[in-house]
Amino acid sequence: MSLGLMLNKLSEGMATSVLIFVLTLVFSLPLGLFVALMRMNRHKVLQNLMRIYISIMRGTPLMLQLLVVYFGPYYIFGIKLSPDYRFWAVIIAFVINYAAYFAEIYRGGIASVPSGQYEAAKVLGYSSSQTFLKIIFPQMVKRIIPPITNEVITLIKDTSLAFAVAVTEMFTVAKALASAEKTMTAYIFAGVFYYVFNLIVAFVMENIEKRLNYYRL
Amino acid sequence: MEIFSINDVRKSFSTQTDVLCGMSLSVQKGEVVAIIGPSGSGKSTLLRCATLLETMDSGELVYEGIKAAWNGPDGNVVYAPEETLKKIKSKFGLVFQNFNLFPHYSVLKNVTDAPICVQKRQKEEVYEEALTLLKKMGLSDKADAYPFQLSGGQQQRVSIARALAMNPDILFFDEPTSALDPELTGEILHVIRDLAEEKMTMVIVTHEIEFARIVANRVVFMDAGVIIEEGNSDKIIRNPENERTKAFLRKLNL
Repeated sequence: MSLGLMLNKLSEGMATSVLIFVLTLVFSLPLGLFVALMRMNRHKVLQNLMRIYISIMRGTPLMLQLLVVYFGPYYIFGIKLSPDYRFWAVIIAFVINYAAYFAEIYRGGIASVPSGQYEAAKVLGYSSSQTFLKIIFPQMVKRIIPPITNEVITLIKDTSLAFAVAVTEMFTVAKALASAEKTMTAYIFAGVFYYVFNLIVAFVMENIEKRLNYYRL
Repeated sequence: MEIFSINDVRKSFSTQTDVLCGMSLSVQKGEVVAIIGPSGSGKSTLLRCATLLETMDSGELVYEGIKAAWNGPDGNVVYAPEETLKKIKSKFGLVFQNFNLFPHYSVLKNVTDAPICVQKRQKEEVYEEALTLLKKMGLSDKADAYPFQLSGGQQQRVSIARALAMNPDILFFDEPTSALDPELTGEILHVIRDLAEEKMTMVIVTHEIEFARIVANRVVFMDAGVIIEEGNSDKIIRNPENERTKAFLRKLNL
């Protein structure tokens, strides 16, 4: 197989990997905030539900969660889903897993905003939603950029787990090519892809961090 | 005209019993009241109850004749509905010991955001007023600065401007100079003295006894959650009658 053809095949997988990455972030970042707010809610029931959810998501392998989401509907409920479900199973599993991690990061970020900020806002008459959106949230964002960057970088590498349910992302393609062509080249390309992808993400996150440097906490 | 009164307020925390043991305070328009007393005497808790940051266990809280809280039939405190409290909140301002400026807002935005977003006032008018206030505080050139770029004294002046921008009828100060280096306390005391000359109604919790004597009309000495002695500032500080007041002032003079 020519190098060009190989790259062509790999780029298709690459597109899927990027799509998994983007969709996971688009859904899990807001969902995580929602989970964090429920986790910090006064209602003990909600609080504990979220605690259990986070504990399970963090306490079991993502690969296992992915298999449960993919096979669960059939084995548990006997529902036959179309082959397209493969891809969505990956997105669902990744989103609920990453939302749990993000929720804990958000929670730490929110808790680290000094109580004086809430008090100042309260005395000035801000409503509780104004206080959260205008005062607390922006300060939380600044605090959580470094741990979020960590998670995002892990996510890039985790996209390769989609291999487990045979979604043709980058790693799946690379493995197929490597065994068909009996060559390491595909793996090397895959490695370079993940590495460059990470460099780009790290660069973007660093820039966001720099942009928030106009103030200090 | 009575601007503020708090009557027979009681407050205890689970960690510390009886921080306030049924004390009362009333402040007239244009009056400057200084509250002094040893740490743990309940001064800050009193201000926190007055500014609705803390709920009283029992007692009555009144701003300009409008009741914010009163004792229900069972003896426990009842607070006015949210709408009334919102109205009452616009009547007072609070300056914190640690400034509590919003670090992500510029100086100008710190001062203007609440009048615009909470009081829904015209932007142009608020900005104009804010710039005048900043000028008065000697901070004209700092409007676009962020809090971390300012000294403690400057930050505290911004926080006073932020409180004044809401046009409060009474301003509370919770140890406004305690977090500052000694050489910076002067600038804050100067600002407060100017406000006193403009007849701003103020209640100041402070450890600056000499400042209290000069600026306040009335000094209240608190200990263990009650008022021990109050009266004309010169008299209380120079010729206290109560033994505890005497002991406290003696300790400070050492």
